[in-house]
Amino acid sequence: MTHGFEGADVKAGRLTSEQVAANFADLHPPLTRHEAAVAADRCYFCYDAPCMTACPTGIDIAMFIRQIAADNPSGAAKTIFDQNILGGMCARVCPTETLCEEACVREAAEGKPVEIGRLQRFATDHLMADGVHPYQPGVSTGRKIAVVGAGPAGLACAHRLALKGHAVTLFDAKPKPGGLNEYGIAAYKTPGGFAEAEVDFVLGIGNITLETGKALGRDISIDGLKWDYDAVFLGIGLGGVNALCVPGEDLSGVEDAVEFIAELRSAEDPSALAIGRRVVVIGGGMTAIDAAVQSKLLGAEDVTIVYRRGQESMNASLFEQDLAQTKGVAIKHWAKPVRVVCEGERRGVEFEYTRSGSGGLEGTGETFFVAADVVLKAIGQTLETPEGPATERGRIVVDAELRTSLDGVWAGGDCVAAGDDLTVTAVAQGRDAAESIHRALTA
Amino acid sequence: MADLRSDFVGIKSPNPFWLASAPPTDKEYNVVRAFEAGWGGVVWKTLGLDPHIVNVNGPRYGAVWGADRRLLGLNNIELITDRPLQTNLDEIKAVKRAWPDRAVVVSLMVPCEEVCWTEILKQVEDTGADGVELNFGCPHGMSERGMGSAVGQVPEYIEMVTRWCKQNTRMPVIVKLTPNITDIRYPARAAKKGGADAVSLINTVSSITSVNLDLMAPEPTIDGKGSHGGYCGPAVKPIALNMVAEIARDAEMAGLPISGIGGVTTWRDAAEFMALGAGNVQVCTAAMTYGFRIVTEMIDGLSRWMDGKGYARTSDFTGLATPNVTDWQYLNLNYVAKARIDQDLCIKCGRCHIVCEDTSHQAITATKDGARHFEVIDAECVACNLCVNVCPVEGCITMEQMPAGTVDPRTGRTVPAEYGNWTQHPNNPSSVAAE
Ligand SMILES: Cc1cc2nc3c(=O)[nH]c(=O)nc-3n(C[C@H](O)[C@H](O)[C@H](O)COP(=O)(O)OP(=O)(O)OC[C@H]3O[C@@H](n4cnc5c(N)ncnc54)[C@H](O)[C@@H]3O)c2cc1C
Ligand SMILES: Cc1cc2nc3c(=O)[nH]c(=O)nc-3n(C[C@H](O)[C@H](O)[C@H](O)COP(=O)(O)O)c2cc1C
Ligand code: SF4
Repeated sequence: MTHGFEGADVKAGRLTSEQVAANFADLHPPLTRHEAAVAADRCYFCYDAPCMTACPTGIDIAMFIRQIAADNPSGAAKTIFDQNILGGMCARVCPTETLCEEACVREAAEGKPVEIGRLQRFATDHLMADGVHPYQPGVSTGRKIAVVGAGPAGLACAHRLALKGHAVTLFDAKPKPGGLNEYGIAAYKTPGGFAEAEVDFVLGIGNITLETGKALGRDISIDGLKWDYDAVFLGIGLGGVNALCVPGEDLSGVEDAVEFIAELRSAEDPSALAIGRRVVVIGGGMTAIDAAVQSKLLGAEDVTIVYRRGQESMNASLFEQDLAQTKGVAIKHWAKPVRVVCEGERRGVEFEYTRSGSGGLEGTGETFFVAADVVLKAIGQTLETPEGPATERGRIVVDAELRTSLDGVWAGGDCVAAGDDLTVTAVAQGRDAAESIHRALTA
Repeated sequence: MADLRSDFVGIKSPNPFWLASAPPTDKEYNVVRAFEAGWGGVVWKTLGLDPHIVNVNGPRYGAVWGADRRLLGLNNIELITDRPLQTNLDEIKAVKRAWPDRAVVVSLMVPCEEVCWTEILKQVEDTGADGVELNFGCPHGMSERGMGSAVGQVPEYIEMVTRWCKQNTRMPVIVKLTPNITDIRYPARAAKKGGADAVSLINTVSSITSVNLDLMAPEPTIDGKGSHGGYCGPAVKPIALNMVAEIARDAEMAGLPISGIGGVTTWRDAAEFMALGAGNVQVCTAAMTYGFRIVTEMIDGLSRWMDGKGYARTSDFTGLATPNVTDWQYLNLNYVAKARIDQDLCIKCGRCHIVCEDTSHQAITATKDGARHFEVIDAECVACNLCVNVCPVEGCITMEQMPAGTVDPRTGRTVPAEYGNWTQHPNNPSSVAAE
């Protein structure tokens, strides 16, 4: 529920619930069996396939595609899950255009890569529809491990640990597990309650006890966990939000984009959410794009993203930028906010043009004003630092084995300095940390 | 514009594209549609004696598919015509009268008794048809009754029946051969001895296209059982081409006209059959896959290609490739080539590397200075062509001949300028030393 500036045009029901439902339908609809066969047939089964190298979780892509082509989608799904137990979510949310599909040799050859993401979804959907979890927990090692944070990193870590025979307790501060899969990812990328279904699927291995509503620093502490468990993994993401640090930031019209998205994701009927007529989003990453696009899909009239650098520096991929523009979002580059204004009928943000100067980004002195009913800030999230592990530029420092500075404590995902704020990287780190924990405990 | 008119054993047609004896030529209705679409001729669906045979009432066809369900091979268990003889004869007569410029040949299959053949030949003659084709080919069903390939697999029977026919009709007699034999030259020679005006080939190849793993029965399955069928379509073209070439280059059969059949789908397939010595081609599966309109592409494609090559008539290129089909022992062992990978075209899929590494001669690199890079190692390359065949980019890998006088780094030998084959090779125990 956005509030907007005092007196601003902010209201619910700009579109009918049918229109909103249609707007939030699957961004990439699933492939049919025949479409999947055709798409799979395009794969060359490359030697030492570049797509596989480009995948942060190292899925044997050529192999799973060959399994689809051979009408063995369950086998394909198993190949995917062996490396990435959240392969279903990754199939939906990975910016494949900058990962596997960018590396696909057919992208080099003809600018039309094999549709790896959609094929991955085809396979994982197929197996998940069976309702049978494809793994058994390993023979019990008698060890207990605490995993804090039930986002992609924590889920992947917990699953791999259970697979190795460890007893896992998975804590999360929120009432629902899933992390940003549940509260952050754009609604049209994971419709139909997929995030929740996937968590159930992951936990289906058994030997993982979920404890929601348990916050580190409030209900549990690292020291306590270290005392009760043989090892601790932190996958707590980034809870805080960066500040704009400009006058007017505290005005009611300035809101946090992540919060806005979380509310949207939790809403029973999104058309009941109040939305501004004119929305300004400040930032250049996935969050900015998602907040802008979803505002538009909820019926906002004018949505503008303002980013302080050029298009090539945006963290959102070209595909995401294009998506925003086709949905009618305007993207303005090279400008930074200098003041948020709410004076009578004049509501909005004053921006200053920027350029890259010798000492980094600098203002040109020339300003312009963008009228807005709501301002969403999406300029990055910050770690809500837990006591203990060493941090660097606001993130937990880890070594190559994902060990923190604290003995017996590992970390991965958005909360560590080694990440790149992608679901798939969080999964890879959670899994690798589990392997490292297992090595340490069984050495 | 190239002149596509065809004269095959005296049977004239506006182009060399005939429909083979099969469902497309089963009825007046189909044949008229084919002629309207532009087909040069038809071989009418095989006639037999009354009472007419019956077909199964379950599925007759099985298939093998490639990408995007492209039909690569079709298999059938259909028998000959299942309509009364007189109905067919009446329709043949009507069609020939209405389409005098098109070839109408009638396919026949009756028991191995002379009287059966003489009688039916008379009836066919009365229709005004241009010729007959003796179906010694169908490998399923009719062969169990001593006809079709059961005749085609015994050269003596072929010769005998052909002779009966030649003695009892003025019409040209084409003998249609089965590929279900070990050496196609024996039945073909028998046909020639019996006086055949031409041979046509191939009929279908005995086959089971697939097995239904739930029913544990071959496809197509009829009430839990299946029977081998006859395979045709693009998948059989290589088999057919070889058989056509074997006959075309056989000294005993020099000059025997050949009607090429088996997987002809485009103008290029037709040109290939004709280059190997076929005077015309017959088509079945391509029409059964796409309908009759494909002949438009065939006519246009062939005539454009002929114009480009300067061939005025089809006879200008018929058989031009035949002399270049030789025995292995006469291939030039002094011809040395190496694969070359065009680095600008390479998309770095690595397929050439892995197939050469795993299954051939370890002659293609995977990396160079630590980076992904595929390059041929001349000291290992035997020029087998496997990399060319598996490369997904056309023209990226080519075979380059080593000029005479250069040293092959694999063998350390200088490439000779002169021709040298196995019969002259020192490793051949029975070699004849070159002068
Ligand atoms: C709006 C938005 C859109 C995005 N879109 C994409 C996308 O399309 N594709 C993509 O690849 N990535 C996307 N990302 C990034 C991706 O969501 C994250 O990289 C990923 O979720 C990180 O996983 P994680 O497990 O490290 O953290 P999170 O998903 O943030 O999970 C952390 C979990 O820890 C819990 N937690 C936090 N603090 C505590 C505590 N003190 N005690 C107990 N539990 C705690 C949280 O409740 C949460 O469940 C997006 C991010 C945002 C914000
Ligand atoms: C369904 C079907 C029925 C056929 N029936 C006959 C037939 O009655 N007489 C005959 O000589 N050949 C018959 N054939 C074989 C074709 O005439 C032809 O020789 C063979 O299909 C190969 O050519 P293609 O690859 O163009 O199909 C039949 C083929 C098919 C597919
Ligand atoms: S790079 Fe593309 S073609 Fe090669 S294996 Fe991967 S998906 Fe297949």
